[in-house]
Amino acid sequence: MISLAQPPSLSDFGHDPWWLILGKIVFAFVVALLGTLLGVWFERRVVGFMQVRPGPNQLGPFGLLQTLADGLKMAFKEDILPRSADKVVYFFAPAISVICAVTALSVIPFGPMVSVFGHQTPLQVTDVPVAVLVVLACSSMAVYGIVLAGWASGSTYPLLGGLRSAAQLISYEVALGLSIVAVFMLAGTMSTSEIVAAQGDGTQLSLFGFDIPAPGWYALLLFPSFIVFFISIVGETNRPPFDLPEAESELVAGFMTEYSSLKFALIMLSEYVAMVTMSAFTVTLFLGGWHAPWPITVWSGANSGWWPLLWFFGKVILLVFVFVWLRGTLPRLRYDQFMRLGWKVLIPISLVWIVILAGLRTIDDWDTQSRLYAIGVPAGLVLLAALFWPSRKSAPKPSLAEQVDNRPQGSFPLPPLDLQVPPSPRTRRMVAEREPANAPAGQDSEEV
Amino acid sequence: MNTSTLLAASGAVSGGEAVTFWILAPVALAGAIGMVAARNAVHSALWLVLTMLSLGVFYVLQAGPFIGMVQIIVYTGAIMMLFLFVLMLVGREASDSLIEVLRGQRIAAIGLGLGFAGLLGSGVYRATQGSIPVGLEQANSGGNVEGIARLLFTDYVFAFELTAALLITATIGGMILAHVERRKEDKRDQVATMKARFAPGNYPGPKPGPGVFATSSSVATPARLPDGRLSDRSTPDILPVRELTAEETTLKGTEK
Repeated sequence: MISLAQPPSLSDFGHDPWWLILGKIVFAFVVALLGTLLGVWFERRVVGFMQVRPGPNQLGPFGLLQTLADGLKMAFKEDILPRSADKVVYFFAPAISVICAVTALSVIPFGPMVSVFGHQTPLQVTDVPVAVLVVLACSSMAVYGIVLAGWASGSTYPLLGGLRSAAQLISYEVALGLSIVAVFMLAGTMSTSEIVAAQGDGTQLSLFGFDIPAPGWYALLLFPSFIVFFISIVGETNRPPFDLPEAESELVAGFMTEYSSLKFALIMLSEYVAMVTMSAFTVTLFLGGWHAPWPITVWSGANSGWWPLLWFFGKVILLVFVFVWLRGTLPRLRYDQFMRLGWKVLIPISLVWIVILAGLRTIDDWDTQSRLYAIGVPAGLVLLAALFWPSRKSAPKPSLAEQVDNRPQGSFPLPPLDLQVPPSPRTRRMVAEREPANAPAGQDSEEV
Repeated sequence: MNTSTLLAASGAVSGGEAVTFWILAPVALAGAIGMVAARNAVHSALWLVLTMLSLGVFYVLQAGPFIGMVQIIVYTGAIMMLFLFVLMLVGREASDSLIEVLRGQRIAAIGLGLGFAGLLGSGVYRATQGSIPVGLEQANSGGNVEGIARLLFTDYVFAFELTAALLITATIGGMILAHVERRKEDKRDQVATMKARFAPGNYPGPKPGPGVFATSSSVATPARLPDGRLSDRSTPDILPVRELTAEETTLKGTEK
């Protein structure tokens, strides 16, 4: 058993008494449910703020109880089973989504070692050597819920939504996995608690003889991976602007068109839990997990005890805000643009970045001179190639007047290009015949 | 080192492992049987998903957490999802027909299947009976993921690269066979479309309906354009343009 000051490692798991394990599981579950309750409220308030309207503000302080009331209302609504639905699959599909979304929270580290009634335990339900893969497995299984919901509804729009969701998952999971590879390469582990620990101690950059403490967060060290990862998880969680499976302007409500009552509530629940889970996952992989951000680290007690819970949830709320912000700002992508972004932009960028990163890792233990050569020669070659790359010269564009003159005989008549209305001849005559009004004044001024 | 890794590493079957096995083994078998027996193709795929998930848990139980998770992500998450994708495109009413083409085929298949399972099971049982698993601790000594990585990037790197090249070739081949991409110069963009629309010889407005401003209500009577000309586009192609001349429309003195 290690002391409280050190971050937990894999060997700290599996020693808890049964009541502590149960307590942690309940804690993670409550985080998921509360995340949904507050998440829906948060999203509606923030989108309301962005659209200059109040949002829900009637029930409870700041409208906090609105989601609870909506949930109760949903429970008492009529549960409709379409006649053409596949009954068993229709019933199980929302449950699959919820179970998978909640399960992923079990490997997310909420905080460091804490003392609970004399037991020292990490604030994390469990950890395995392949914890990141557990989250990936959960997110890939959660799509079964969406796809099966679409298929089992037995109508056209849900089926289209399910098909879109399947294609979306397969495309974006590749980019997601590739962006995590960079984290594995730097952290040297797939366990979430050890990835967080690896981000705790900032690396030392030696520049001109000075040791400069660099940030340990992978969002800064692995910036391209972070961007690709975040775009991919927006795609994985079906959030706008990538919410094509439920695009209301095209597919009514997509895969959940035929759902009502508690089953619909379950689908909503799974969506918001997935958003919270994926935000927590991003915080774990890229934003330093429960470690305090920079200005707070001046205080030495910031990363021990129960305080890290505060930093962790602060970061999660910040990321959820970004999700909502994206929804309030960006229009939905067209389907082919979305697929092109995944296959032709994100995956190539990830692959090239991984190759570069592997090269940098390989030359890490070389001496300074050969390291400079290894970086400088390829960089110089790339620069030279960019400099001497033949630029594509486009043919000079004919002017508008030339284009008009070159039109074939019998073309459609065009209005005058200068858009000047010629003055009416009658107006000119009237002006010419009118006696100047200031004629005597002009003579006066001439005399003076 | 993880607890589940430790459980299996000792060689003996622990209590938790046995309980999990005896719960999930029937589930996996039921999934396999359900896959064959289900009439609906999507139900078949779902039974297979159940079997694959159970297999993933078995791998994790037997000190292979990496391969277990990869089984779930790759096979269940991606490959079976592709299967489902295709099945859903085919349509949801695509069920098996109950008509037996070969008489007695089903009985024979069940008998042969049972016999094959018996042979295979007894063979494996006799081969592994009494043998003690060794070397698991050595294989997992540096961690399961690290061990697999070391093997893949040292002893098996060539085989691994070859497999990757084979798969990439298959993918690119499939894309070349199935994908039709028009050349850039064959695609007509917005500007070109609009230029063609206003080019001489093309009427840029909507097509006139048949019989507009016409002298008769026949479908064969062409419409008149605003400038008084007749429009060929308003009549079906198989009908000849037929506008009655002044001579034809004058009274012929036969209607007394």
